[in-house]
Amino acid sequence: MSNEASTGSVLSARELTRHYEISRGLFKPHATVRALNGVSFELAAGETLAVVGESGCGKSTLARALTLIEEPTSGSLQIAGQEVAGVDKAQRKQLRRDVQMVFQNPYASLNPRQKIGDQLAEPLVINTGLSRSERRERVQAMMQQVGLRPEHYQRYPHMFSGGQRQRIALARAMMLNPKVLIADEPTSALDVSIQAQVLNLFMDLQEQFNAGYVFISHDLAVVRHVADKVLVMYFGSPMEMGPAELIYTRPLHPYTQVLLAATPSIRPDPARPKIRASGELPNPLDPPSGCVFHTRCPHATERCSAEVPAFRPLDDRLVACHYAEKVGATNGAPVRYA
Amino acid sequence: MSLLEIQNLSVRFGDDGAPPVVDGLDLSVDRGEVLAIVGESGSGKSVTMMALMGLIDAPGKVAANRLRFSDQDLLSLKGRQRRRLIGKDLAMVFQDPMTALNPSYTVGFQIEEVLRQHLGLKGKAARQRALELLERVEIPGAASRLDAYPHQLSGGMSQRVAIAMAIAGEPQLLIADEPTTALDVTIQAQIMELLLSLQRDQDMALILITHDLAVVAETAQRVCVMYAGQAVETGRVPTLFDAPAHPYTEALLASIPEQSDNRRLATLPGIVPGRYDRPAGCLLSPRCPYAQPRCTERPALEPYDRGEVRCFFPRNMTPDEAPEVLPEAQRPSQPPGEHHVQ
Repeated sequence: MSNEASTGSVLSARELTRHYEISRGLFKPHATVRALNGVSFELAAGETLAVVGESGCGKSTLARALTLIEEPTSGSLQIAGQEVAGVDKAQRKQLRRDVQMVFQNPYASLNPRQKIGDQLAEPLVINTGLSRSERRERVQAMMQQVGLRPEHYQRYPHMFSGGQRQRIALARAMMLNPKVLIADEPTSALDVSIQAQVLNLFMDLQEQFNAGYVFISHDLAVVRHVADKVLVMYFGSPMEMGPAELIYTRPLHPYTQVLLAATPSIRPDPARPKIRASGELPNPLDPPSGCVFHTRCPHATERCSAEVPAFRPLDDRLVACHYAEKVGATNGAPVRYA
Repeated sequence: MSLLEIQNLSVRFGDDGAPPVVDGLDLSVDRGEVLAIVGESGSGKSVTMMALMGLIDAPGKVAANRLRFSDQDLLSLKGRQRRRLIGKDLAMVFQDPMTALNPSYTVGFQIEEVLRQHLGLKGKAARQRALELLERVEIPGAASRLDAYPHQLSGGMSQRVAIAMAIAGEPQLLIADEPTTALDVTIQAQIMELLLSLQRDQDMALILITHDLAVVAETAQRVCVMYAGQAVETGRVPTLFDAPAHPYTEALLASIPEQSDNRRLATLPGIVPGRYDRPAGCLLSPRCPYAQPRCTERPALEPYDRGEVRCFFPRNMTPDEAPEVLPEAQRPSQPPGEHHVQ
């Protein structure tokens, strides 16, 4: 998890956008759900970018776009310097090798009818010309690295606990030595003590393989622990992005502040401002005008409902708020406008 | 006198030889108190509360020396009396609000049903009270929501409706089983604030079942830590967080990313033992970094000045403070007359 190293970026997104057309009936025009609106970032090898936000913020849509499961509606995506749009089938297959994914629910992401060893070998069967014995050797080596015993090779997924299954899923993702690993809420189905084991494994493997991680999570305490950079999203749009420590100690966007204030802490700080977002997520079919957060923002003014704020650089990070300077200075207390 | 008193509660599924899911649990809750029960999956926290509510069906068996709520003995209650009590004085909010509500009836009907059954309210009076309840749980546009079906509500709204139903009978004790686990963090904060304000306003006791220690630290007054069906430690907040006495509590706290100064998180090796592979001695001993030969015996839960602990070698205390923990087998025997709940 080095800083932006000389290795260059392994994953680079420019204004990535994904809209879905929703049918509203035979004779009505389609409605558009803007699930992802202009997300840009750079990810270096060995670096971790955490994407945080609540359900419906576009985290999973972003993951699907990054893993080439879905094509973005517009915007560009480069994997290890190679532009994704317009590549042919063979190149696409090659690119997919470089981006692997670990899913949230380890009970659903493993094939219940296939032995663990065979599931781990499958990426090698599809993508390499290794012989059966070579594949077996590679699988055994990887199993050892993620803390599985050799006899687990012959077992089926139902014989493993949730934590072990997540280890298997991680091993499978790392089999091809990918440049980028996308992890979509990898520990939210696990108990705390197991979560710690799996997070440690994530960090160990990153050190070893020097992969770039995109770590999608709603748990800000976990994110603070693993991330180098944090991207805060709301309703499909980026709100704030910057170095993790900065985002946590000096959040400039009201939504970031609300998220941090809402996250419970083991050592509750009575001095911490209690700012709450009122209400809930707006209807995706009827998005708010102007800033998407203005309907819940404690600082919103008329300008916020009229004008979409630019995602602009400020104080070593990017932030999308008209009043970021004022909001940041108060660190949570409501701003009074003249 | 405590509002709720549980003594030596065990829950088994299957025949009498089956290992208990909840094993000799003692617990008491005072009026107006907020008690948290924490533990990982399989620790028996939800089953305990289901036993209390009489929700364990055959082949499940509930046994206890004492199970008292208010002035009533829950062990000897007959069905009709139990139904009069449960849902009125003793109410529960479940984890998944999407499945807790009946999808075929409107929200208003479901709240009115509680009012009809327990308070005898009818017609306009019931509707008016249902509206007040929806307003109390801060549902915007409450009047228009009375006729909404559960599928028209978001998760947070559904949980508010479930809470409105639970508080309709003005319960003395509300049990909330992971009430915010299925919700987003900003909504979680709203719901927790609502539960606490209800608890304060109505001087209601609240049992909060959760796996999230941070939620406990922010809301509870007292906490009971469960591991593999047993209570391993009880104590007050924040004392228990500052000086955990049981190695399991200590390990749980250390494994939280927020607590960690190092990049590598402290971990407890292995997993919670299942019902059929529990060790003979202390349940934690195979995973415990401090295990000693004596730990092949199973310790009893022993009180000391800050709480109770089930460990021969408790942490964070001087030898003077430490209780003398006896093996469970040598603990003074419980009074005879073990009842079974039908």
